[in-house]
Amino acid sequence: MSEAFTKSMARNIFYGGAFFFLLLFLALTFDTINALPKLDNRAALESPVGPQIAKGKHLWEVNNCIGCHTLLGEGAYFAPELGNVYKRYGSNLDAVKGRIKGLISLPAEGIPMRRMPRFKFTDEEIAALAEFLKYASEINTSGWPPNDQG
Amino acid sequence: MQYQSQKVAIPYFVGAIVLFVAQILFGLIMGLQYVMGDFLFPEIPFNVARMVHTNALIVWLLMGFMGAAYYLVPEEAETELHSPFLAKLMFWVFFAAAGLTVAGYLLVPYSTLADITGNELLPTMGREFLEQPTITKIGIVVVALAFLYNLGMTILRGRKTAINLVLMIGLVGLAVLFLFSFYNPTNLVLDKFFWWWVVHLWVEGVWELILGSILAFVLIKVTGVDREIIEKWLYIIIAMAFISGIIGTGHHFFWIGTPEYWQWWGSIFSALEPIPFFMMTIFAFSMVKQRRRNHPNRVATLWALGASVMAFLGAGVWGFMHTLSPVNYYTHGSQLTAAHGHMAFYGAYVMIVLTIISYAMPLLRGRTAANSERQQTLEIWSFWLMTIAMTLITLFLTAAGILQVWLQRVLDSPLPFMAAQDQLTVFYWMREFAGVMFLIGLLLYIASFFVGDKEPEASVKTIA
Ligand code: HEC
Ligand code: HEM
Ligand code: HEM
Ligand SMILES: [Fe+2]
Repeated sequence: MSEAFTKSMARNIFYGGAFFFLLLFLALTFDTINALPKLDNRAALESPVGPQIAKGKHLWEVNNCIGCHTLLGEGAYFAPELGNVYKRYGSNLDAVKGRIKGLISLPAEGIPMRRMPRFKFTDEEIAALAEFLKYASEINTSGWPPNDQG
Repeated sequence: MQYQSQKVAIPYFVGAIVLFVAQILFGLIMGLQYVMGDFLFPEIPFNVARMVHTNALIVWLLMGFMGAAYYLVPEEAETELHSPFLAKLMFWVFFAAAGLTVAGYLLVPYSTLADITGNELLPTMGREFLEQPTITKIGIVVVALAFLYNLGMTILRGRKTAINLVLMIGLVGLAVLFLFSFYNPTNLVLDKFFWWWVVHLWVEGVWELILGSILAFVLIKVTGVDREIIEKWLYIIIAMAFISGIIGTGHHFFWIGTPEYWQWWGSIFSALEPIPFFMMTIFAFSMVKQRRRNHPNRVATLWALGASVMAFLGAGVWGFMHTLSPVNYYTHGSQLTAAHGHMAFYGAYVMIVLTIISYAMPLLRGRTAANSERQQTLEIWSFWLMTIAMTLITLFLTAAGILQVWLQRVLDSPLPFMAAQDQLTVFYWMREFAGVMFLIGLLLYIASFFVGDKEPEASVKTIA
């Protein structure tokens, strides 16, 4: 680098740049937070099934579903995307519940495929998970994923 | 080594390497589960192996950063560390917390772990990379505070250099951003939005400051180039990192329920993110070219150069590949993401930690400048084995990713996820073999600490 460009100039670019872009980022964040109510399907959270969705999200977390699956494209790449699984199963809650129930009651031995753990869920818990997945599928994701296979 | 208290770095470096081994073993387990689905089922499900793999990675990198800081801050500040005792104590707290957490992952179902650690009181678990029980997270915050206090007091008392200052800004930023891991609303979009404030703003923000300052420190040492020149480079690199990387966070806000304008902001600014990584490559090579001396620790120089190249390839090139929103629409959450994640983490952060260990460990163990000829030869072998293995892993995952996207997202009648995966088996096998090669490299790396450590130091003449 040329001599005319000094260390203190470089330092000032760092502080100035960091400060300016941090402020811009905070402004965009603020705007995003304001825009979210139209996009993030919070109507569902505020509806009568809201508590069930919250319970579903909690179950989702304490069973670490994200350790195998993606949700809206984020997570692990070992098992199918679940952000749109509700749509994949014809927007039918019972179909989603039945699918989960089927997967977790497969025998432990003798199926040489990628496996979902044999979670011990009650029917209420499966219903809560399904409601959570339905809620996720109704978030406005700007048209992602490209098709129902996720 | 000029100050006795720099020695507290030793346990951090050793602890880091122990966890590194665990990380790779669990990577191999997952790699096998990718092709033999019921391998170790139901004892170690994939998600559990993944938590061990990624959390061990993050924790050992943090330990490496801490060891680096304990080594270089006193030397830069020209004074002893404020409290070596606190540093040692915090190492054991950190290491015990990491060990207990891994044991918890492996010994009880995750939901039981959530119960017994009181996740109910402040639910933070079950999100990617932030799977640690809430009490572990609190432990991390305590360790980080004690660490920052210790370094802060040292710096206040001593010489203030740009390297120390930049490192401190990076470390404080790391700790502050980690606090967002305690925010976990039911609203999935808000949850994801702020989750990225930890994950993205770490690796493409404040960690780049840590990376830059460690690189600058080692380059001053091994090349003898004037500090003014090196620090000027450091400032301009980190300036570009923040200018591009902060708004660049937007490349994660394309499809998660956030406004569509992020497709513009995110694409444009993240497209600039390779610049600081490219500058690091130019920086490292031109400093070595302008060197005022030949340092007998040639393998440390090799790691520094290697880190600058691999970080540019993994973060810069592989990051750019999928960062524009029209591309990311197809590649989001595919094996291409994993390809990029592997090479970027390895090139930027694994390699910089191995750089500082390579430079500092000989001195900490009583050498005057470098390890013996034999140790260095072995370490150079491990450098190439690990680096080539990681390159292969990245290439195989890239091939798998392209095919996956094609089969599952582009075709007119797309295949279901599991059917598409079946077509990728051959790439996953090759990834697993490359993983074994990586493990061999890692074992050689560890061997280089012991084989030939009684032999005399390499000197500049013997390396010619
Ligand atoms: C150890 C990895 C693993 C974990 C953890 C896991 N799953 Fe799965 N899951 C799978 C695999 C593998 C499949 C695909 C099974 C198949 O198609 O044969 C799957 C399939 C599914 C499907 C059906 C998807 C489809 O398109 O047919 C649903 C729904 C599902 N999982 C929900 C969950 C939920 C909810 C959790 C958390 C409570 C969870 N999974 C945790 C591995 C896992
Ligand atoms: C130092 C070397 C390594 C680093 C830095 C590393 C890093 C990572 C990271 C960051 C992730 C999360 C990826 C993401 O979410 O996109 C991950 C996942 C994974 N890693 Fe590694 N890894 C390393 C070595 C290995 C090896 C040797 C193997 C096996 C051969 C391996 C296999 C895996 C697998 C299978 C996953 C899970 C991918 C998924 O979610 O489906 N890794 N690793
Ligand atoms: C050393 C620096 C970097 C590291 C360690 C890193 C690591 C990662 C990891 C682990 C992920 C996966 C996250 C997840 O599991 O969801 C990821 C995603 C991503 N990274 Fe990086 N990255 C780095 C730099 C970059 C750069 C410079 C760019 C752009 C030029 C970039 C672009 C992306 C994009 C677009 C994604 C999202 C992929 C998707 O949609 O699935 N990264 N990165
Ligand atoms: Fe990012």
